[in-house]
Amino acid sequence: MSLLSLFRPARTESGRKLHDFHGGIHPPQRKTLSSEAPIRPGPLSATLVLPLNMHLGAPALPCVQVGDRVLKGQILAEASGPVSAPVHAPTSGVVRAIEPRPIQHPSGLDALCVVLDSDGEDRWTALTPCPDYRDMPRAELVARIRDAGIAGLGGAGFPTAVKVNVRDSQRIEQLIINAVECEPYITADDRLMRERAEGVIAGIQVLQHLVQPMETLVGIEDNKPEAIAAMRAAAAGTGIEIVTVPTKYPSGGEKQLIRVLTGKEVRSGGLPADVGVVCHNTGTAWALHRLVTTGEPLISRITTLTGTAFAEPGNVEVLIGTPVADLLAFGGVPQPHTGRLIMGGPMMGFSIENPLAPVVKTTNCIIAAPLSELPEPEPEQPCIRCGACAEVCPADLLPQQLYWYSKASEFDRAQHYNLMDCIECGACAYVCPSHIPLVQYYRYAKGAIRQQAAEHQKADRARERFEARTARIEREKAEKEAKRQARLEANRQKSSPATSVAAATPAADPVADLKKAVGEASSAYKAAVKIAKEAEEQGADNAADLRAEADQLKARADELKIALRDAKANAPAAVAPTAQAAPADPVADLKKAVGEASSAYKAAVKAAKEAEEQGADNAADLRAEADQLKARADELKIALRDAKASAPAPTRPAPASPAPAAPPAVSLSTAPESPTAQANAEDEASAEAERAKRAQRMKALKTAFNMSHKQWKEASAALERAERDGLPDVDTHRARVDKLKKKADLAKAQLNELVEAAKADMKASTGTDLKTLKLQAARAESTVREKTAALATAREAGDEERINVLQQELAAAEQQALETARTLKQAVAEQGLSDGDDA
Amino acid sequence: MTTILIAVAALLAMAALFGAILGFASEKFRVEGDPIVDQIDAILPQTQCGQCGHPGCRPYAEAIAEGEEHNKCPPGGEQTIQELSDLLGREVLPLDDEHGDASDIKKVAYIREDECIGCTKCIQACPVDAIVGAARLMHTVIVDECTGCDLCVEPCPVDCIDMVEVKPTLQTWGWSRPPGVGNAPARHIPVVNLP
Repeated sequence: MSLLSLFRPARTESGRKLHDFHGGIHPPQRKTLSSEAPIRPGPLSATLVLPLNMHLGAPALPCVQVGDRVLKGQILAEASGPVSAPVHAPTSGVVRAIEPRPIQHPSGLDALCVVLDSDGEDRWTALTPCPDYRDMPRAELVARIRDAGIAGLGGAGFPTAVKVNVRDSQRIEQLIINAVECEPYITADDRLMRERAEGVIAGIQVLQHLVQPMETLVGIEDNKPEAIAAMRAAAAGTGIEIVTVPTKYPSGGEKQLIRVLTGKEVRSGGLPADVGVVCHNTGTAWALHRLVTTGEPLISRITTLTGTAFAEPGNVEVLIGTPVADLLAFGGVPQPHTGRLIMGGPMMGFSIENPLAPVVKTTNCIIAAPLSELPEPEPEQPCIRCGACAEVCPADLLPQQLYWYSKASEFDRAQHYNLMDCIECGACAYVCPSHIPLVQYYRYAKGAIRQQAAEHQKADRARERFEARTARIEREKAEKEAKRQARLEANRQKSSPATSVAAATPAADPVADLKKAVGEASSAYKAAVKIAKEAEEQGADNAADLRAEADQLKARADELKIALRDAKANAPAAVAPTAQAAPADPVADLKKAVGEASSAYKAAVKAAKEAEEQGADNAADLRAEADQLKARADELKIALRDAKASAPAPTRPAPASPAPAAPPAVSLSTAPESPTAQANAEDEASAEAERAKRAQRMKALKTAFNMSHKQWKEASAALERAERDGLPDVDTHRARVDKLKKKADLAKAQLNELVEAAKADMKASTGTDLKTLKLQAARAESTVREKTAALATAREAGDEERINVLQQELAAAEQQALETARTLKQAVAEQGLSDGDDA
Repeated sequence: MTTILIAVAALLAMAALFGAILGFASEKFRVEGDPIVDQIDAILPQTQCGQCGHPGCRPYAEAIAEGEEHNKCPPGGEQTIQELSDLLGREVLPLDDEHGDASDIKKVAYIREDECIGCTKCIQACPVDAIVGAARLMHTVIVDECTGCDLCVEPCPVDCIDMVEVKPTLQTWGWSRPPGVGNAPARHIPVVNLP
């Protein structure tokens, strides 16, 4: 069909080639119901309700107070953004309220409205017409249009001032006036053009002046011959071309009309201006004409009252804000109206539930029809895949695919099939033999997609905020740590400036030599062990000798190690702060020893096993040897653990000792490798990591506990409710409560365990427990207080010498208090014990 | 024989050449693959509520990448599980209700400001800094930033925080899904009724 029409395009009388769009339908027109009566002035309601969001874009901001007396045409609410429009008083009266009221929205939700009580006088405010608009600066004219609150009267309500304000870079080829009015029942534009063609043409000229198009086309469907004739007569000699387009629904759609008149396609997601076209509605042109000739803002519009329920159907010039109920009474609809009440056309409009909803700038039609005329929709039947919907889709979409994906909530696929290009014209639902409410499915899917996009955006923001917060906390922690380190360093420098420099150099050499010797000895030992092992495996006779040799080497290595350790212990014992400069590694040595012992044990076990397998005689001996080795390895392990436990955190001075003296040496007489417990870098790092891990785990557990505790509380409440109301599912509630309680208890127990462990760890590492630390802190504080008081007394007495002494003492006490407080705080923080748990 | 040698030599030369080109291309146009944790994190709803047992969405994303079950996110619900299953090629699991019930009702925290004592505990608990206030001064929730995670409810010593349902507005309202085969739509569009 569409392909054929490409080859045989329709032509108008003026020779303009017309194009066709895909699909379309021919529903019954039913326009004569209302098209024959002349436009009547509408009723003046006692109360007008003016929604602040009756245009597309940001809602207007009220600029009047409740109780204000306003005149007709006075501004009630100002535009609140670039895409917004003000609201004016349609008549004179008093602002009764600014409150949420039911409005013209399919959701039936309320929106903020200005409620105006009419005083019946209908007195105009002062208006300033601008008939010489051609001489005005462009920007000023656009501002006038904006201030007049003119929005597209076709249906979308897009603020006209935004649309006419084309950028200089944009070349507009065609200005199209949409007078197609393709939906059944509606005749508002038809009547307007028949009766006020001159005014409409004048309004179009205002648009021409603003947009400066190369040509201006008025598209009118061929079912309105009177309107066409009137417009032709009025447009004679103006250069405005009246184009008759074939009747087909929805040729009044913006993109469809552009296609019909110019053959241009507006790309998906694009605007008509992208292809050099601007579209306006006839009603908008009329409103512009009123603005320039009289200065009237947009306070009334022509609305079709139609449907057989109206005793007097026809078009009325109705004040914006008039409740629909008043129009029903005005048109003689028997009350109460039991049929269907539709705002907008029968194809794209929506049923309104509350007749108190007001007429707004976009209300072109009110249909009140008994159910015999517009019956309730039939129940949906399964899709039979007839494809009729695809044949009529004016947007070249695949309605059936969109239906499947929308129904299954597979929105990304629906989007892939260009759901967002659907104009919701309803042609597909009109032809569907299964009465599937296709448009509602599409609207549902579009809404869900928009909501998902909004949620995604919100999630992104939440992520950003979360990450920013985490980063901030980390940074604060790092800053604190850096400050603490700096202070610590300063203190150290102060306490032992000389020794640290002096001792560092001489200590280094003997230790290094010893280390080297130890290394050599232990590698010799390892080689010997290896040889011995091989010999054993081969069952050689001298295996035992070799083993003995290896043991000797081992003993030597051990001796050397002890010597090394002693050297190290001596060096740092004299000058503690240099411990880190010459890293002595007793724990590391111990670790190494453990590793060696356990590998020796493993080797021995292996040898024993092999021997057993081969049925060798010495299997039992080997086994015994392995056991010995094992015992030794275990011993070493214990020693290592003890050493680690008793190693103080090296960065922190022992709180009790005023100067960082030698850390307590722990001697383990059982193990030959008994080390002096000197913390080293490796140990510190591992302990640190462990602590961090524990802190993290503690945090997670805390969250888990809080969560389950909350759930338990909720469940308990639910149980109580259920018991009170005597509901049958009390038992399930009880079971749930028990389960959650158990879970919460478990989490708490685990948490407590961790906290205890952390406390114990702290005790081990600082030599004191939390209580002692706290006590110390408190004591130091009270000393400071005492000294301060004493100082004050001394000052009063005027004893110079005493003041000096006291001041020094106070400074020292303050220093100590600071120190203890810091130690306590750090100990707590390090173990991940926050205030809530140890209190 | 020479023919074979020439052929082999030619093939070898070509192999070396193409190998060199491919090697160069793989270095030059190396694509740093989006780490899986980021992709998982992008799917999670970012309420940072901790109902999964992890302190935040990112830690849970890391845990999922390391093999943890992906059905522990009640705020994300079925859809998140579905998306994660698609991403990770894992089985679609039912939501693990150990971690709370999924509910479609969006909620945000609301502080009854008369009762707030200004203890700042909720501010510290909020994972997205959506509560403003200072010590001993009233706090309030930035509704637009609140993720409805509940974490501020528990620490409040005077129980002045409520989770209130977010009512649909004209901006967020959407058409409901038609009831399906056998039913007429409840909130219908007039369309099909022209006989």
